[in-house]
Amino acid sequence: MKDKKDASSKTKFDLKKITQLKGYSSFTSALMAIFLGLVFGFLVMLFANPGSAVAGFRYVVIGGLRRIGDVFYFATPILMTGLAVGFAFKMGLFNIGASGQYTMGVFFALYVSFMWDLPPGIHWVVAILAGMVGGMIWGFIPGFFKAFLNVNEVITSIMFNYIGMYLVDMLIQGNAMMYVSSTTRTRYVPMGAQIPSLGISGSNVNMGIIIGIVIAVILYIVLQKTTFGYELKATGFNKFASEYAGMQGKKNIILAMVISGGLAGLGGAFLILAPSGIAGSSMTYEPINIIAANGFNGIAVSLLGNSHPLGIIFSAVFISHIQRGGTLASLVGYKPEIIDVVIAVIIYFSAFAMIMKSSVSEFIKKKLGKKQIQVPKEAE
Amino acid sequence: MDIVYYLVQNMLPVAIPLLLVALGGMFSERSGVINIGLEGIMLFGAYFGALFVYNVQGSSMGPQTILLLGMVIAGLAGFVYSLLLSFASVTMKANQVISGTALNMLIPAAVLLFSKMFFNSDGITTNKNFYIREIPILGDIPVLGQLFFQKTYLTVMIGFVFLAIATIVLYKTRFGLRLRACGEHPHAADFVGINVHKMRYAGVSISGVLAGIGGFFYSVGVMDGNVNGHTGVAGFGFLALAVMIFGQWKPLRIMFAALFFAFLRTLAYSVSLIPFLFNLGINQTYYKMLPYLATMLVLALTSRKSRAPKAEGIPYDKSQR
Repeated sequence: MKDKKDASSKTKFDLKKITQLKGYSSFTSALMAIFLGLVFGFLVMLFANPGSAVAGFRYVVIGGLRRIGDVFYFATPILMTGLAVGFAFKMGLFNIGASGQYTMGVFFALYVSFMWDLPPGIHWVVAILAGMVGGMIWGFIPGFFKAFLNVNEVITSIMFNYIGMYLVDMLIQGNAMMYVSSTTRTRYVPMGAQIPSLGISGSNVNMGIIIGIVIAVILYIVLQKTTFGYELKATGFNKFASEYAGMQGKKNIILAMVISGGLAGLGGAFLILAPSGIAGSSMTYEPINIIAANGFNGIAVSLLGNSHPLGIIFSAVFISHIQRGGTLASLVGYKPEIIDVVIAVIIYFSAFAMIMKSSVSEFIKKKLGKKQIQVPKEAE
Repeated sequence: MDIVYYLVQNMLPVAIPLLLVALGGMFSERSGVINIGLEGIMLFGAYFGALFVYNVQGSSMGPQTILLLGMVIAGLAGFVYSLLLSFASVTMKANQVISGTALNMLIPAAVLLFSKMFFNSDGITTNKNFYIREIPILGDIPVLGQLFFQKTYLTVMIGFVFLAIATIVLYKTRFGLRLRACGEHPHAADFVGINVHKMRYAGVSISGVLAGIGGFFYSVGVMDGNVNGHTGVAGFGFLALAVMIFGQWKPLRIMFAALFFAFLRTLAYSVSLIPFLFNLGINQTYYKMLPYLATMLVLALTSRKSRAPKAEGIPYDKSQR
């Protein structure tokens, strides 16, 4: 009896240790939000067309596994915009302007790949860096407005989403080297400026995803192991206290936004310089005055990954996975927009998943606690 | 002079949605909740309003009656949808910006999904004409009649009525005073017996009603009865937030700010009709950027002495008192 009690208390202790880890807690709350989002999606499917709901739902959940290359291919841009949003979020800044920064990245990368004549080996590298610079410029503006003019970064970055979108569309339409007016799209990016493919047959997955994951790991190290990362997080927790401790809040705000913008710009470059399924061609950009959706998907990715660089890798892959699944669900008659609905629901729940989870786990603990009392009684 | 008439006549239907939604944002923020989901609420209201108009447009009801009923439906829809935000950010104490963003992301996708399923298109287009050529008697007043009571929509007059009501409610009623207290110092408000959660629910709900109506008026006065998931309300919900900040969370100032932006936007879309601007030969896209650039400029100049409600964005937690 005594041994049993000891053993149970020991395992209980261990379990507590794990469940009290921050990472574990945010992981389970993300899982719970995903679960609720998927359930909601299934209900919508049932409502829309009960007959094929199960088949459609199967496509959504596991359909992406068969196209794992495509999953990674489409995960690359949202990984970068997710990192962008997450990095700014660590400092308490909500960078809703990832779309604009991403669009600027697209434009700068396109400009370098069409207008500059560089040797094939380094052309794509320079184009990627140009995309990063484009995003940095667009990230600098909200940072500057926030630091020196006290304008909320949410408003600034929303305004610059629109300004960037109009600007890029105008510049591309006015440039005959890039734009083909008969197809209302840009030309294919020159071969030398395309990111090398990883050569996995049947998919377009390219170097971009590897660079993206490396960047995520670097960000993790910067946030965890450097003074700069510490200052960023400290400012995120308490602006006034960190200022009092001698940290330069204004400089850090601008730096964080510039880095965040650069990450989003990289996302744009990775998208537009990626080789496509048709041999020898690449992605093209269509200037149609619409804010880039990948920027907002980045917000979803970041929130789901709890703004943690390594968490964001997984959430980007997951979101891309169900997006592929959503495309496949159209095989049984569902519209792919259903995935956007599911993602929005996931974000809605993840906003308060932590609180919801703690009440649920309390409920479970109560139940478990009762059981533990009951078990020894039965043994006797 | 004709150009001035033209600009004012076209500016007002654009200004009214901005005004209403910004007033909505004001009520929400004055109660202490940042409502960044206005964009989504607008589209939700607009869609339900349009759905109603679509279903009754064949009947014998007069167009202005339909408009009024559609407005009620849009307001109700906005109210219901805003409850999602209140639940997340007041009851569950979630991050207000995140839950608002989720609401914004949900609606365009849901509208596209629903419309593709039932209408086989990206949205709804109604063909009821709400346009008023000239209001009797008032339209005959020399200059003012031409400016305000000709070639207009009923929405314009309703908008100004709402402005008057909002001003009175915010400043002259007990409810308004309590609402403002919850946005400035919720703990003190709680201490004197005001139910902070209830007041915040009320603030967000008012913003939901106004945003729903604003969205419907946008679809009527700006989009000619079209609501779709691709363009949505074209950032008007976000612009309204900027208008609200520019208006320093005060009704009258918000009206002037809304008129200012509406004027710039109307100007941008009618450059080809104004010989002077057209002859400058500037790419019209620059004019389209103008409202956004002007917003930034104005905010940069005014935000230093910003008078935002002190407790906005912070979930109210009784135990922190």
